[in-house]
Amino acid sequence: MIDFGFGISPSSGINLNNSDKDTFSKLAKMEPNVLKCMACGSCTATCTAGDFKTTSLRTAILNLQNGLKDEALEILSGCMLCGKCTMVCPRGINTRHLILSINKIYGK
Amino acid sequence: MKNNILVIGGGAAGLEAAANLERLGYNIILIERDKQLGGHLAKWDRLFPDGLPAQEVLDSLLDNISNVKCFTETDIQAINILDKSFNAILSNGITVLADAVLMASGFDIFPAAKKEEYGYGIYENVITNQDLEQMFKQQQSISPIPRAIGFVHCVGSRDEKAGNPACSKVCCATAVKQACEVKELYPDADVYCFYMDLRMFGRRYEDLYLKAQKSGVRFIRGRVSEVAQTADNRLLVKAEDTLSSKPVRVNLDMLVLMAGMRPSEAGHKVGIQLNLTTEDDGFFSAKDGMLSLQKSKLPGLFYAGACTGAKTLPDTLHEARSAAMEIDRYIKENFIKK
Repeated sequence: MIDFGFGISPSSGINLNNSDKDTFSKLAKMEPNVLKCMACGSCTATCTAGDFKTTSLRTAILNLQNGLKDEALEILSGCMLCGKCTMVCPRGINTRHLILSINKIYGK
Repeated sequence: MKNNILVIGGGAAGLEAAANLERLGYNIILIERDKQLGGHLAKWDRLFPDGLPAQEVLDSLLDNISNVKCFTETDIQAINILDKSFNAILSNGITVLADAVLMASGFDIFPAAKKEEYGYGIYENVITNQDLEQMFKQQQSISPIPRAIGFVHCVGSRDEKAGNPACSKVCCATAVKQACEVKELYPDADVYCFYMDLRMFGRRYEDLYLKAQKSGVRFIRGRVSEVAQTADNRLLVKAEDTLSSKPVRVNLDMLVLMAGMRPSEAGHKVGIQLNLTTEDDGFFSAKDGMLSLQKSKLPGLFYAGACTGAKTLPDTLHEARSAAMEIDRYIKENFIKK
């Protein structure tokens, strides 16, 4: 490549044309309830780990839908699997189990 | 002698009010400017939240007006007040003297081409909610089979610049209903709804939302900012995913604009002749917003349906029935000697 003397930073935007939808379908097959999230943020608000390290299942689901796997895993990395979020989810999603499944399918 | 009542508009509100007034023993003259009765209902395929065929509902409404005098393709040329009654000259040359008038002029669909950034009227694969209903009604399929379809909520609603700051109430449920229908027809297609808030206020609307989610419809919270054509004749749609604060772009085969409700222009013309007042949103103002929703400030003139603001079909039918009762009371108090 020709060196023009300047660099181009990668786009921070989301391109849904290239996002990985197949893996998310696999997750939705295993955990159909992931589709029911309405992004209310109850899980994030009640998260015990969240007081120390940004932890948000809502954001993780959104990231996975947007094809941002690494960001999703990072924002769940502080999760201690206490299960408090499962108690507050208004859609009745087994969030604790969902986090385990996300790690199973997307984890390294 | 039966008292004459003039009903302006042959949509759901006009039909239901006419049927009820006829049952109460009045002589009804109903005028409709279109060729057929039914208004927007006649152009719709299925109704939210349960997917009831619009034609079934319309047929039931029409069954009840067999004795009502209906003039289709007819406008009001002039209308004025004579003593206590209304004198209307119709475009077909007939003059009607009525003791009460019901405005059921309804709404016009927001002209989506005004939002130029969405490309309606420019790109042929940008259509409106009404266009999609027509396609469903005529069982016209989308070809080639779409890979991705998007719905834009609030087109010409909640938009001060477009002259309509109000919410049109029905578009959220319509969009979610249509998204489900599209997903049923094309299960492999990605379906996106671009929304600001989802206003699923009615009974079973929330179930409809859940159904859409479960079928895999993706809800993106953000208003579409612009639409452009790609080299392969698809659409490039840009928005912000405000839940992750990131700009998002996606290529679609079809974009459906949920055009909102505007006051009916034809109804407005009649309103001017009678000096009827409107609110800032352009819809007629009722006598008061709580206890006299069906009355206007003009004695003998009543309102039903979307001429006083966006309404769902059940709400419109309720108003039509309540207007019939108000008119009945008005006639009894003013024209029938005790």
